Amino acid sequence: MNKRKLEEIFFKILMMTSAFIVVGSLVFIVTTIFIKGFPALNLDMITKTPEGGYYIGKEGGVLNAILGSIILGLGSTFLEILIALPLAFYLNLYLDKKSRFAFIIRFFLDILWGIPSIVYGAFGFTLMLFFGLKASLLAGIIALSFVVLPIMVRSMDEVLKMVPVELEEASLSLGATKLETGIKVIIKQAMPGLLTAVLIAFGRGISDAAAVLFTTGFTDNLPSSLFKPVASLPLAIFFQLGTPFEEVQARGYASALILTVIILLISIVSRILTKRFSRHIIK
Amino acid sequence: MTIRKFKDLLAKKIMGLLAGLALSLVFLIILGLFSRSKSILAVNSLKDLLFSTSWHPTQGKFGLLNFILGTVWVTTIAVIISVPLSILTGIYLAEYAPRRVREFIKPLIDLLAGISPVIYGVWGGVVIVPLVRDYLMPFLSGKLRFFPFISDNYTGYSALAGGIVLAVMVFPIIISIIDEIIKTVPLEMREASLSLGATKWETVKYVVLKRVRPGIIAAIILGLSRAVGETIAVLMVAGCSLQEFPKSIFDTAYPLPAFIANTYGEMMSIPLYDSAVLLAAFILLLMTILFNMLGWGILLRVKE
Repeated sequence: MNKRKLEEIFFKILMMTSAFIVVGSLVFIVTTIFIKGFPALNLDMITKTPEGGYYIGKEGGVLNAILGSIILGLGSTFLEILIALPLAFYLNLYLDKKSRFAFIIRFFLDILWGIPSIVYGAFGFTLMLFFGLKASLLAGIIALSFVVLPIMVRSMDEVLKMVPVELEEASLSLGATKLETGIKVIIKQAMPGLLTAVLIAFGRGISDAAAVLFTTGFTDNLPSSLFKPVASLPLAIFFQLGTPFEEVQARGYASALILTVIILLISIVSRILTKRFSRHIIK
Repeated sequence: MTIRKFKDLLAKKIMGLLAGLALSLVFLIILGLFSRSKSILAVNSLKDLLFSTSWHPTQGKFGLLNFILGTVWVTTIAVIISVPLSILTGIYLAEYAPRRVREFIKPLIDLLAGISPVIYGVWGGVVIVPLVRDYLMPFLSGKLRFFPFISDNYTGYSALAGGIVLAVMVFPIIISIIDEIIKTVPLEMREASLSLGATKWETVKYVVLKRVRPGIIAAIILGLSRAVGETIAVLMVAGCSLQEFPKSIFDTAYPLPAFIANTYGEMMSIPLYDSAVLLAAFILLLMTILFNMLGWGILLRVKE
């Protein structure tokens, strides 16, 4: 065999090894979380709030954090949809595909995407100081929306770009306005992709710790008001693992397992939804 | 004007307004953080803040250099580890992987991107920190007694642990960009090369890779920018204790984001403390904006 073939084989093996390491690290992470988290997982973890002296190893669970995270995620996702959907439609329906303004908006959204969530957290904090607010659910929802908004707009944008332009033209040529075309034709066509974008955003929202660190505070109570502090799962994990007590740490691992399962479920649901809704698509 | 036309016009105006708001958000963040960090710039010189390692808030000394160097240290390690692995995986996915393998691997990589940063931190603490402590450090600092391996930190919570965890977090970004960019290379170019008798690998090496090189650089910059800003996972594994100058990959590192996150409780207790922390956030913001403009700028050019 000649040198050229050998080189090819060498690099092919190198590439397959790399791909194996990358995919393997995912499997590694998930199995680690399952192995560490499973022993400490019990019904109390997901049905009870922390009870007396939780952080020194007494009774209770992390229901406050689970609900807090879900509410934070839902709240910010809702807020984002209100902005992201019109913005994505504007980019694809009203603006010329090659217009300078559309180009600039996309570029700025990409820049926003790259800003670390801790910076959004710090910015949320300055906003709170500015408006004289205290750490609260509302502040957390706003900070999280900043983090996830660019992700949602850009994913929706990619989805809408894929809608065949003929479909839009057909609707417009029948006399529909652009708004009607958007609401009645394009949105149906793009539904699976839009749903996936929303679910990705929701997943990001409940995963993020850095942005809520400054803005939501933390509490052992269930979320009750927009203006009160709220617990979140990522922070609960972080705080529990930070204690020196083994029992509490074990519950931190169990909380990590809960969060991982939620994220995996969201990912699976988004895949199923994508399949189910794609039957309406005209190709 | 009919009511339908009016609705359409109204929608257009509202959407345009939203777009304007999205654009102004970048400036709003810059302005917000800068206005809060101004009060420290009035007292301490920028040079002292950026190039002094002396961090003693109670004495009015707010040198941020240790944290900036911590960021550079951890990010460099992450990039060194993740770049070769990501490039090779990206090429494999785009050029070599059979369709079935590709359809199996792609969603898994997406999943990797979707995992919570905290989970990476937990994994790092359970797996990577002991790995560094029990195997890598005794091996490397025992056999190779030179910079950057010598350290007296035997806990495993180190710049290296932070770098490894960050590297895994950065994989999906670099890989998906490289995969996407390789697919923009026209098939004809490959065919021309193959028909001249080049092997597949030679075609990849001389034709495809040459063409996508700027794209790969952009992917690395964007991955780097992500690593620079990652907070909670690094906070959980890198040690993050105040220490002079990072000397070894086994020393603790205290990057900017972790530092910002760690101060949220005590921030308002000492005068100017909050201002110094928000200045750190402002520096981080400028760093990531710069990297992102560079990265996306290159990518836009490549795609055209």
